[in-house]
Amino acid sequence: MTDIVTNLWLSLPDGIQFTSYTLLKVFIILVPLFIVVAYYTLAERKVIGYMQNRIGPNRVGPKGLFQPFADMFKLMFKEIIIPTKSNRYLFIVAPILTFAPSMAAWAVMPFTDTLVFADINAGLLYILAMTSLGVYGVIIAGWASNSKYALLGAMRSAAQIVAYEIAMGFSLVGVLMAAGSLNLGDIVNSQAGGIYHWFILPLFPLFMVYLISGVAETNRAPFDVAEGESEIVAGFHVEYSGMTFAVFFLAEYANMILIAMLASLMFFGGWLSPLPSLMGDNIVWLFLKTGFFMLLFLWFRATFPRYRYDQIMRLGWKVLIPVTIVWLVVEGFLVYFKVGPWFN
Amino acid sequence: MTETIIFYVFALMTVVAATAVVTVRNPVHAALSLVLTFFTSAIIWMTLEAEFLAISLVLVYVGAVMVLFLFVVMMLDINIARLREGFVRYLPLGIAVAVIMFVMMVSVITGGIFSGDSVIEPIAKAADYSNTKALGRVLYTQYVFAFEIAAVILLVAIVAAISLTMRKRTHTKYQSPSAQIRVTKADRLRIVKMPPSSEPSRSKTLSNESLGNE
Repeated sequence: MTDIVTNLWLSLPDGIQFTSYTLLKVFIILVPLFIVVAYYTLAERKVIGYMQNRIGPNRVGPKGLFQPFADMFKLMFKEIIIPTKSNRYLFIVAPILTFAPSMAAWAVMPFTDTLVFADINAGLLYILAMTSLGVYGVIIAGWASNSKYALLGAMRSAAQIVAYEIAMGFSLVGVLMAAGSLNLGDIVNSQAGGIYHWFILPLFPLFMVYLISGVAETNRAPFDVAEGESEIVAGFHVEYSGMTFAVFFLAEYANMILIAMLASLMFFGGWLSPLPSLMGDNIVWLFLKTGFFMLLFLWFRATFPRYRYDQIMRLGWKVLIPVTIVWLVVEGFLVYFKVGPWFN
Repeated sequence: MTETIIFYVFALMTVVAATAVVTVRNPVHAALSLVLTFFTSAIIWMTLEAEFLAISLVLVYVGAVMVLFLFVVMMLDINIARLREGFVRYLPLGIAVAVIMFVMMVSVITGGIFSGDSVIEPIAKAADYSNTKALGRVLYTQYVFAFEIAAVILLVAIVAAISLTMRKRTHTKYQSPSAQIRVTKADRLRIVKMPPSSEPSRSKTLSNESLGNE
């Protein structure tokens, strides 16, 4: 039986072999991602529930474990309502435009030294470019909906994402200065040698900026003014229902996981063990660190009240960007004079 | 073979999108077509192995510049009918410019240093060749003055843009966060010692009144 399969596989032309092999790898990355996204939504409701002294969803399946599937089927079978006088074509395209870049960014994510789908030199730049594309979906959704609230949400979101993207980009410039490479695998490997070689120590201000702007980039609480239930109902996706809404949702959670994983790769040594003499480097470390940052996203939402819009802008432009610029200068000196054990 | 197909697909998309920028009626659609043009050009650069330039094009033009463009276009209440006026009047001028551009491009491509005969086909670099590093090296050595001058011009443009739009408005109320943070209890709150009074309390008077309403 296996012989037949092997022969059949080898008889295929090279192009098809390559394509199907690549597609298989794409599935191996994306299918677990979808499952994690699905259970992340459940984890969010459970974690915030316990933080607020509630139980959270516990009806569907044992201890509510099938809740994500119930949500998914509900959203899949709901009607997609297209508002009157909306731009029909763009209305449908917008969720896809948010979703596609958030998936595409995963192409260059390294999971271990060797386990990486596309090991490209400018990996970090590629991720920045892809995450910056997500804003189009939001803007187009807001405009195409032909709704005041949606447009307001889109405007807020666009201004916010553009502002925080600069802070985020600058903080990542610090990372690539320290690592001397744009390749994500090289960035992790340059942090080798135990916990005090991780970039979190010399780049702590940049890490804080990265984390805050990461939360703002994904439009999560306390920076979720783009959705702001209490002011503009649901912001840019107020007119969306059913599957189109689900796609927005999926993209947002995939982006959160992406930001969490990037934080652990770039500041916390990715798959490297904190104490290399005791425990070996393992992919489990990466998942643990990513899980911690994913928890932070939920914790923020349960803890902080929403920022006021003008204060978000002030924080982005007048606090975070100056902090990064100052620290980049400091770091330039550190790198130039080879200060500390971090810049070997 | 595959690369040729990819090139023609995206080249076609670029041309169609670029045409759409100037032909579609809706300004938002035009801006989005421009986004598509940038994106497909980035992919064409990618097939040239210019990965740094391709990704920067997406990052800068698609991710930042066009977002602001779209932002402005969406906010404007544009009268599309008025926008279409004068199409015929300016058509001869437009055609003339287009013809001149076309002739210039053809003459550049067919003869001179950019012609297909004089340009040697570049050799594909090895997989570990870093486009970013090579570009940075040239930019900070050979072209460092041009690069610095460009940076200074950009800085001047930023300062000019801010100084043109920023004006002191006297009657607007705005908050000063630093002043808000510096505030102490003594600035806001005054505790006054009052002797207890013997008069009947106000609430009691009120309830009496409401009771004796009839």
